[in-house]
Amino acid sequence: MTSPLLTVSNLKKTFDLSPPFLNRLLSGGNRQYVHAVDGVDFSIEPGTTLSLVGESGCGKSTVAKLLMGLTQPTAGSIRFDGQELAGCGPGQPAATRRRMQMIFQDPFASLNPRWRVARVIGEPMKSFGLEPDPVARRKEVDRLLEFVGLSAEDGEKFPHEFSGGQRQRISIARAISTNPEFLVCDEPTSALDVSVQAQILNLMRELQRELGLTYLFISHDLAVVNYISDQIGVMYLGRLVELAPADRIFRAPQHPYTRLLLETVPDITMAHRDIERPAGEVPNPITPPAGCHFNPRCPHATERCRTQTPSFRSDGGAQVRCHAVEEGRLPAHEARAQTRKAG
Amino acid sequence: MTLLSVENLTVAFPGRRGTVNAIEDVSLSIEPGEILGMVGESGAGKSMTGAAIIGLIEPPGHIAKGRIVLEGERIDTKSPEQMRRIRGRRIGAIFQDPLTSLNPVLTVGDQLIETIQTHLKLPRAEARERAIDWLRRVGIPAPEARIDTYPHQYSGGMRQRVVIALALCAEPRLVIADEPTTALDVSVQAQIIALLRRLARETGVAVVLVTHDMGVIAETADRVAVMYAGRIVEVGAVADVLNAPNHPYTEGLMASIPRIGPRPEILPQIEGAMPRPHARPPGCAFAPRCPNRMDVCSEQRPELEGSAAAAVACHLKAEVPA
Ligand SMILES: Nc1ncnc2c1ncn2[C@@H]1O[C@H](COP(=O)(O)OP(=O)(O)OP(=O)(O)O)[C@@H](O)[C@H]1O
Ligand SMILES: Nc1ncnc2c1ncn2[C@@H]1O[C@H](COP(=O)(O)OP(=O)(O)OP(=O)(O)O)[C@@H](O)[C@H]1O
Ligand code: SF4
Ligand SMILES: [Mg+2]
Ligand SMILES: [Mg+2]
Repeated sequence: MTSPLLTVSNLKKTFDLSPPFLNRLLSGGNRQYVHAVDGVDFSIEPGTTLSLVGESGCGKSTVAKLLMGLTQPTAGSIRFDGQELAGCGPGQPAATRRRMQMIFQDPFASLNPRWRVARVIGEPMKSFGLEPDPVARRKEVDRLLEFVGLSAEDGEKFPHEFSGGQRQRISIARAISTNPEFLVCDEPTSALDVSVQAQILNLMRELQRELGLTYLFISHDLAVVNYISDQIGVMYLGRLVELAPADRIFRAPQHPYTRLLLETVPDITMAHRDIERPAGEVPNPITPPAGCHFNPRCPHATERCRTQTPSFRSDGGAQVRCHAVEEGRLPAHEARAQTRKAG
Repeated sequence: MTLLSVENLTVAFPGRRGTVNAIEDVSLSIEPGEILGMVGESGAGKSMTGAAIIGLIEPPGHIAKGRIVLEGERIDTKSPEQMRRIRGRRIGAIFQDPLTSLNPVLTVGDQLIETIQTHLKLPRAEARERAIDWLRRVGIPAPEARIDTYPHQYSGGMRQRVVIALALCAEPRLVIADEPTTALDVSVQAQIIALLRRLARETGVAVVLVTHDMGVIAETADRVAVMYAGRIVEVGAVADVLNAPNHPYTEGLMASIPRIGPRPEILPQIEGAMPRPHARPPGCAFAPRCPNRMDVCSEQRPELEGSAAAAVACHLKAEVPA
């Protein structure tokens, strides 16, 4: 068995949302915190993809930023190839940071509009001192452009001259320019049209095969995640509630929230389901429910669920955070019924 | 009787590079109680079609050609004042962002009551009863208590429900819903979809549902119109279009959507991207990307042929009579 490239243990990030001290004193407000990431554990084997899914605000992007050193963890550990990154300053340690790169959701905002594409892609090589010679660097940029399905001449253009999908190819070329082993991809196809999304997803898988890249992939689209992932982690209000191999998440989801997500995702093969399920909504993250955060929406909640936080336990190939699973009282998963209606 | 028919509608925008047609020769019809989905990539012309129907095209854009007929009456020639009355009373609108449709300084109840009174001429007490009833119908718990609260006191999903109630409370015959669930989380999205379907069934209101999400279309619509580069390239019953598409673009699109279930080694993909309005090629706009392209495709524009139940704009289909 290979050892993981990245291991995250008990990772936490708390944001202080309190009004300034004086305002609190005057208006009597309380200190307020958001536990954006509240004790997350996972590890990723080299050359594989772990995806994080979950609804808006559950903490996916915060995990990404913590891994990239863009924000500092409140607690916990991030080990990359044996090296501890938590507590190191931004961009530190440089030798390791070069091996990790990130692709953002918005290919429009993440490229400097005043730079020609060749400079955009060549910049990380320059700043990490990997290719100080401008001529050699330009040659490498041309190679990267062609590698991601663009042409060398495109290096002379500006980002606004490209479509969304092409801009995302430019971001990918930039991200792989330092020969990283690990890519964090935060919703890389969410801003793209479906026909273009397929191009980018295929490119990402091809890169993984050819360069042996390891991915942390973030998405709220379960079908996309199914296509790209080896492992899937489902997050809810800052916590991982289930972590399992991709096929297992879809075939045998354990956590009631995973099941809810699978049941409610609009799907082209499941026309006209007529269930207006009272599925509830994600609670306010500043005052999450006690015990299991999911308990107000959960059909299997008991008194214990309302008071005691379930632990993240292994359960036959999956890890699940749920009392009902632990107590063995969760009914078997039924694949959702196809209630197709004529009309 | 057909509730709405749009015939050969072209919306033109004069600009520095000459006039571009945001949409071109768009024809569609919708029956009472029907949900017609409109899908297509960003810039295909979905919102523009909806905006033309409700009379909200931003100047200098204007209808350059075609007609819009609502319940037998031509509405594309109405004055802005007449259109304002038609909007709200006969055609309702739901947009992506619930906050733009709600007034933050008025209570939800005041907004509903005002709309009901304006269009249905009811006394206030009765309008209030109806408002409470609408909140209940769209699934707001404890509507008697919540009616006097403000939009910011509602969650995103509840606000979108209020917007739906607001669009429906004047009992319009037609609702244009432009990406009504795009800003919502999946679990909330599913509830809103089911709600729209139930209301269409219960009240007979027809819905034009604009979205780029095929999953939403599959779950909600009866028929679907697929738009590409300003034109409708295919219309048909949802199951037919999804499972047996006729247009090569629809075919490519459906194949490229990742699905839950066994996963392919590689996703079928359509090369290239949709052309911008000023760069549309002559003939079929999809020709440069089409795997089945013939010579005629880059010379002559294929027209949408068939019936409201199934039509396609593709030379390939014209060659083989059905
Ligand atoms: N800089 C910040 N200051 C305060 N709160 C923050 C900050 N960044 C994130 N949060 C909060 O932390 C929580 C998690 O946010 P995060 O962006 O990680 O969610 P996400 O899962 O990426 O959501 P989305 O799907 O909407 O992108 C949210 O409640 C968010 O409001
Ligand atoms: N004010 C305007 N002036 C000129 N062209 C416009 C204007 N508004 C829209 N267009 C053009 O009209 C075309 C159709 O746009 P529309 O907004 O209908 O697209 P859409 O299918 O709704 O896309 P999306 O999924 O991004 O909402 C686009 O090519 C767009 O560039
Ligand atoms: S711990 Fe309890 S409330 Fe939470 S998901 Fe499991 S059964 Fe439901
Ligand atoms: Mg995010
Ligand atoms: Mg639109």
